[in-house]
Amino acid sequence: MELSGGEILIEALKEEGVEFIFGYPGGAVLHIYDALYEQNSVKHILVRHEQGATHAADGYARATGKPGVVLVTSGPGATNAVTGIATAFMDSIPMVVISGQVQSRFIGSDAFQEVDCVGITRPCVKHNFLVDSLENFAETIKKAFHVATTGRPGPVVVDIPKDFTTPGVTIPFVYPKKVNMRSYSPAEQGHPGQIRKAVDLILAARRPMIYSGGGVVLGDASAQLREFTELLGYPITQTLMGLGAFPASNEQNLGMLGMHGTYEANMAMHDCDVLIAIGARFDDRVTGEIESFCPDAKIVHIDVDPASISKNVTVDVPIVGNVTLVLDAMIALIKDTGRRADPADLAQWWATIRQWASTNCLAYELDDKLIKPQSVVESLWRVTKGDAYITSDVGQHQMWAAQFYGFDKPRHWINSGGLGTMGFGLPAAIGVQLAFPEETVACVTGEASIQMCIQELSTCMQYGTPIKIVNLNNRYMGMVRQWQEFNYDKRYSHSYMDALPDFVKLAESYGHVGMRIDNPADVDKAMEEAFAMKDRLVFMDFQTDQKENVYPMIEAGKGHHEMRLNPARELA
Amino acid sequence: MMRRHVIAVLLENESGALSRVSGLFSARGYNIESLTVAATHDPTLSRMTIVTIGTDRVVEQITKQLNKLVDVVRLTDLTEVAFIEREIMMVKARAVDAGREELKRITDIFRGRILDVTDTSYVIELTGDDHKLSAFLDAIGRDNVIEAVRSGATGIARGEKSLKP
Ligand SMILES: Cc1cc2nc3c(=O)[nH]c(=O)nc-3n(C[C@H](O)[C@H](O)[C@H](O)COP(=O)(O)OP(=O)(O)OC[C@H]3O[C@@H](n4cnc5c(N)ncnc54)[C@H](O)[C@@H]3O)c2cc1C
Ligand SMILES: Cc1ncc(C[n+]2csc(CCOP(=O)(O)OP(=O)(O)O)c2C)c(N)n1
Ligand SMILES: [Mg+2]
Repeated sequence: MELSGGEILIEALKEEGVEFIFGYPGGAVLHIYDALYEQNSVKHILVRHEQGATHAADGYARATGKPGVVLVTSGPGATNAVTGIATAFMDSIPMVVISGQVQSRFIGSDAFQEVDCVGITRPCVKHNFLVDSLENFAETIKKAFHVATTGRPGPVVVDIPKDFTTPGVTIPFVYPKKVNMRSYSPAEQGHPGQIRKAVDLILAARRPMIYSGGGVVLGDASAQLREFTELLGYPITQTLMGLGAFPASNEQNLGMLGMHGTYEANMAMHDCDVLIAIGARFDDRVTGEIESFCPDAKIVHIDVDPASISKNVTVDVPIVGNVTLVLDAMIALIKDTGRRADPADLAQWWATIRQWASTNCLAYELDDKLIKPQSVVESLWRVTKGDAYITSDVGQHQMWAAQFYGFDKPRHWINSGGLGTMGFGLPAAIGVQLAFPEETVACVTGEASIQMCIQELSTCMQYGTPIKIVNLNNRYMGMVRQWQEFNYDKRYSHSYMDALPDFVKLAESYGHVGMRIDNPADVDKAMEEAFAMKDRLVFMDFQTDQKENVYPMIEAGKGHHEMRLNPARELA
Repeated sequence: MMRRHVIAVLLENESGALSRVSGLFSARGYNIESLTVAATHDPTLSRMTIVTIGTDRVVEQITKQLNKLVDVVRLTDLTEVAFIEREIMMVKARAVDAGREELKRITDIFRGRILDVTDTSYVIELTGDDHKLSAFLDAIGRDNVIEAVRSGATGIARGEKSLKP
């Protein structure tokens, strides 16, 4: 089969089983767009801004586990995509971004819409390629998908000069069955000796703690994590990225840890004697002040990326490998030994933890005039029966969604953790809804974040994605305001959102349904009404209490045991 | 404790590979004393020698992050084994009057070679490790140096050990 570069790309995407490509056309990719026109096996989703394309592909990838695919033009198309690429990079999301480049003979001449895309994206991709000939194109695409999806996943950019996609300039097309890369071979099995050492340590624990992260979601190891945790009967906490990998409703679950994690999870971290870190990277939002991190604990760390191990915290038993395989091996070994931790020790440890949990750290004060944002998330949980895909933006609303929507399943909580990208939520929801047209998808957002990619409401109309937007509108960049309240003597410098649009009219102007909710008494009813409109996008603008803060909180320089609790806690 | 490490890296001989390595050092704030790179006997591979100074913990991260680069095939921290380090230096030095003879004598002692001669200057070639090259500059007097160019260190393990793809 003789194909042009544009046709080769389409055929390669078919071979990779790509359903959707999120993109935006321009000069350098017009040949590719022409090839897209001819076919319908790969569905192109036209966004309204390239950032939206990357977030939508990212949301698709997080929800499905399959790589998201993006197509952008050279120059501004590529630079607009950078925020989304960096977002995916920080959270290890598999993504392949095809960017057009000026003709190869013009590279380096400051040609029209030329940027050094490979140079600009280098620090925020797992790898990138500048295609150097039509002959290498198919193999490069194969490599891009391979690198993006194996080991620690991540975004890969393929920059393709326009002349290699010219219609009529054809070569025989063969899509490689396998990739051969001597310089790339991600770890799989963990080292048996290390696994044995880890199991010995784990079974000798008196105050054990499991700390799991996004790696369990990325590695689809929820079943293993659950078996491992239940087999041992140990307490477990998850990072923001790990929520859902272990059911929130399970008794052993202490909820999220870290800056806005639960009191019991953080106290248990501080007091544990053996910490089992699984697919988590000891982020500074999680560890608090490193000096006082888990002072008494021996640490086991399972991670596919050796560079995640002993980066921020030195660990005692590192295990480099795929979390699924390592947990399988550990479970088998634990069963084999027949040994368990001392039941009396464990019972005492659980009693201490229950004591911490009785603090009821997430309790908040209801009000009959002001809508409490937490109550909106609780209502969302009730109305969707805890079964929806929830995307979010960045800010207080993100933390409340994480704290109050109990995720029982993996890949249902979709948010930007590492980069913390405002504007992520709406386009990500598009990707999720396209992947699962029959499922309920809601985007929990804030009035500041939603405006960063608001243009994608138009994409939602074009493709009929019936997303439910839950805008927790506090007229503030609430997260910024909270820090200013605590650390800057309430000097609310530029964190007030003045001149907000009328979100109801805004939604309507895009052809959607808009609702404004001012009264606490109306929250449930509005929520039910909105979710009953199965085939419409509904923008719910909840006017929430402006002064609500996210609690509990570990402030800068503090340890896990020094959480600031909600002053209203006693009253609730 | 901060220590000097010499890291040898085999990487794909592809455009952009060098900037991935140098970009890594600047993005992560790692110290870089010198970096040399050229193709090997196998033209598909380049070999790089990086000299860096850092605590064990930082150097561990450096080697892990380097290994993580898709273009990096293999690497080794030479300072963990017996190894040989060599660097080439060319020095243009003032050579007048009695100083001419003295400069020639010191060059001989250091087993250097004079590559170019004028009425007033010599260009001297010298190979050795960091200490030797510095000692030479001190011996001839740094004030007498018109210009000096150093290649940066290259290194190889002694004995059977080798860095192969
Ligand atoms: C406003 C805001 C507040 C935040 N507050 C908190 C907070 O209170 N608590 C909190 O936890 N986070 C919080 N975060 C998120 C935080 O910034 C980090 O993104 C998050 O903690 C990182 O999660 P993780 O450690 O699970 O790592 P991830 O970024 O999910 O990384 C996954 C790790 O698993 C490894 N891995 C990947 N695949 C596999 C596999 N197959 N097998 C084995 N290992 C694998 C990777 O190498 C990596 O080390 C906040 C973010 C924002 C924006
Ligand atoms: C693109 C981007 N710019 C700035 C920030 C810093 N930032 C973090 S939270 C936040 C405020 C978010 O406000 P809003 O969306 O209204 O959410 P709220 O905190 O009020 O719930 C800002 C500005 C960011 N995370 N991302
Ligand atoms: Mg707000």
